[in-house]
Amino acid sequence: MENRALNLLDEALGLDHQTDPWPLCGKVVLVEDCVETSGCFVLHQLLKRTLSPQSPNNTIIFLAFSHSFSHYDRIVRKLGCNLVAQRENGRFFFFDMLKQLCPDEKEGKTGKGGFPALYRKMQKTIGALPENNQNHATIMIDDMSLMEVAAHGSLEHVLDFMHYCHTLTSEFGCSLITLNHEDIYSSMERPTFMLQMEYLTDVLIKVEPLATGLAADVHGQLTVLNRGICKVKGSSKNKISNFHFKVKENGVDYFYPGTRT
Amino acid sequence: MAESMCRTLRDGSLEGEQAPALTIKDTTASPFGFHVFSHVLSQLSSFILASKSQSRGFVIVAFSRSPSFYTDLLKRRGIDVNSSHKWIQILDCYTDPLGWKDQLMGSGNFTDVSYEASSSLSSVCKDVKDLDKLYSSILELGKGLVGQGKDRFSVAIDSILSFFLGRDLWKLPVRCQCFPNKPDVDRFSQSEGIIRDSMSKQISSIFWLLHSDLHEVKVTSVLEYLSSVVASVEPLHQTAIGHRGDLESLSLLKHNFGKGKLQVRFKRRNGRVRVMMEGFHIDQLGISFTSVSSEDVLVNQSLLPKVQFNLELSEKERIDRAKVVLPFEHQGTGKPIQIYDGRRSLTESKTEATLSSSENSQRTENSGEGEIIYFRDSDDEMPDSDEDPDDDLDI
Repeated sequence: MENRALNLLDEALGLDHQTDPWPLCGKVVLVEDCVETSGCFVLHQLLKRTLSPQSPNNTIIFLAFSHSFSHYDRIVRKLGCNLVAQRENGRFFFFDMLKQLCPDEKEGKTGKGGFPALYRKMQKTIGALPENNQNHATIMIDDMSLMEVAAHGSLEHVLDFMHYCHTLTSEFGCSLITLNHEDIYSSMERPTFMLQMEYLTDVLIKVEPLATGLAADVHGQLTVLNRGICKVKGSSKNKISNFHFKVKENGVDYFYPGTRT
Repeated sequence: MAESMCRTLRDGSLEGEQAPALTIKDTTASPFGFHVFSHVLSQLSSFILASKSQSRGFVIVAFSRSPSFYTDLLKRRGIDVNSSHKWIQILDCYTDPLGWKDQLMGSGNFTDVSYEASSSLSSVCKDVKDLDKLYSSILELGKGLVGQGKDRFSVAIDSILSFFLGRDLWKLPVRCQCFPNKPDVDRFSQSEGIIRDSMSKQISSIFWLLHSDLHEVKVTSVLEYLSSVVASVEPLHQTAIGHRGDLESLSLLKHNFGKGKLQVRFKRRNGRVRVMMEGFHIDQLGISFTSVSSEDVLVNQSLLPKVQFNLELSEKERIDRAKVVLPFEHQGTGKPIQIYDGRRSLTESKTEATLSSSENSQRTENSGEGEIIYFRDSDDEMPDSDEDPDDDLDI
């Protein structure tokens, strides 16, 4: 095995096995966080992990609804990954939805909104990749709740778009990684959108604060539910893992509860 | 029991009756409805292929999985999809339900790989919003399989309303079942009435999957009224709502992971209702059913909060407790009824107690009755009498 230190998150996602195809291939990963504990560090980690030199075939299509390119560049650079270089290499495609927030605007009132156009752009990008890289593409969406804003509050359009993104996972074997905020739906009696997404999900990562409140050296806990049936040499892996994390400037520490004093 | 579910679908409908319908419903607490769905799907497929069922053809309406997923699934279960005798058709509402890809192809000279999957087995539906069209394509596909004659076909809808919020997709099964006098279903036009006539003669059975927490109660119950069998997938242990995420629910999550119970309600034509319960668990090979065992009951008990005291009773203790005749119960053994009033002295009661307990031990063997054995701790303890123990106090 390579010298790169594996962390608990990688293990929980099954990334510790250097298998071909890529373990997340064709999977839908949903990160759910809340106001108290932001889950965006999971995205940063997955960005870095996906673009790592060990897996040169991976590409990322990043739909940024909440932050700009320079924001991500700055953060991921500290983790040891240069997004500018990756973009030039054609491994990182950044769709800045901030600038064209409300993708509807351009299309005008022709009805369907900007999502079909966005989808087409994405599909063209994946279709233009070299043949053997197509199933190594990862679609990342950094804030699903803002998609709703972009669609002028029409959940239908967002769900349609998500459906089409889902078809990409089965057609090309892409993976889909999304971030959503759980607590904004908590007052709803029937949070259909969130539930709908949870039904689609193969791997659910929940980012929560500690039940006991804030602590200096533990920033929160992660629960990873791996629903997909993994076929790793018949070993029945623990499909639910729960561990604590601490976000640092240039990385994240993961540890089991009680193992750090 | 899962078998009797499949049997109901296999046997099909009688002349002039509605086709038997099965609703499989689940919730996010136990999202394994799709596994049950695929189980029923493959069972029914093998029945059809072996000509054991009333239906001769099978139409799958695929909303949430691609057609290749289903062909792979059936192949994995050893079912011959490409047999010479054509028996299966998949209506692909997954690949391009709103025609976005179609526009893409139209706009540029982009070669689309998405349609390679659409082989002879499946046909793509590009506008799921048009319910009438959708409905008539189901019919067409089915008739293409069995012809116009007397043969019938089965229909499977893999998830209702998946992703098409508020698009009234739930009316599709209603329409397939042809039950116009249910609430909230559009008035059927005349042409539909004609379709309906031919329909009811040709559909042998129908089943669908429903994520019940995505729908209003109204929708769920309309669909349940339509079905002769409702199979609901439930977690083994229910979590209290609003307790998501804490440690207790994590342990519950682990208990419910990959297994659950299936509650099936059969409604007979004469109105008789039968409810059955079965456990299942999911592994790499698929789903397997077990009878709900006492093991689960034990699991349930071990979920009690951990305390220092032993709150549980052993099986023997439980039986013993059940046998005890309480003092206020009529003992009716023919002997004079003696209730210990605490008035006799300690030694006296002791000898008598040993006597009676030896006598009693014989009796317990015979009759299997329990008893309360009570010794007064000391003379300090006030006798159990009507006297007021605080008589001497001057209040």
